[in-house]
Amino acid sequence: MTGDFIQLGIGRWLHIGAGVMWVGMLYYFNFVQVDALKAAAADTPPSGAGITRHVAPRALLFFRWAALATVLFGFMLLGGKADEALLFKEKAYVPIGVGAWLGLIMLFNVWVLIWPNQKKALGIVPATDDEKNRARRAAFIASRTNVMLSIPMLFFMVASGGLFRTAMFG
Amino acid sequence: MKNPLESLWGTVIAGVLLTAVLYFLARKIMGG
Repeated sequence: MTGDFIQLGIGRWLHIGAGVMWVGMLYYFNFVQVDALKAAAADTPPSGAGITRHVAPRALLFFRWAALATVLFGFMLLGGKADEALLFKEKAYVPIGVGAWLGLIMLFNVWVLIWPNQKKALGIVPATDDEKNRARRAAFIASRTNVMLSIPMLFFMVASGGLFRTAMFG
Repeated sequence: MKNPLESLWGTVIAGVLLTAVLYFLARKIMGG
């Protein structure tokens, strides 16, 4: 009982909280910051330095660690059923399995594509102007891919339990 | 053809379409 309370109750709370932080930051980057930086670059003189210097690194800090925490709390919730979900072994675990795979692909994009490229683009690690431009483009496409994947990911996360699963999947 | 990820709304529409495809695939896997 206490184990279930911690694993399923507290675990679900932390999983959703971390997920809100992760996807919230992802939507901030894509719905707000990309266009804001474009507008700031068109100012005379360009006015985006404060965003790239003070806002983006802090947002990326919470973004990447929230991504990892979300997935770890997700595995805490799945517990011994992780293989049944990820390998689609049991009918009831198919929706959460699809959501979990989408989340894992998104986590890969965060740590392998977005963060290393953003480090170059923001000047956190040294890079030439050409490398910065390529890094900016790679991070942009990976970030947009995650916005696209977040839509079915959220659907399958909320469709994975209780009445909603019965309503959506019978 | 333009990459839908270039625009925000193209990205959202691609996400909704992907949701529909995965939903029907999941139902098929579940035998529904």
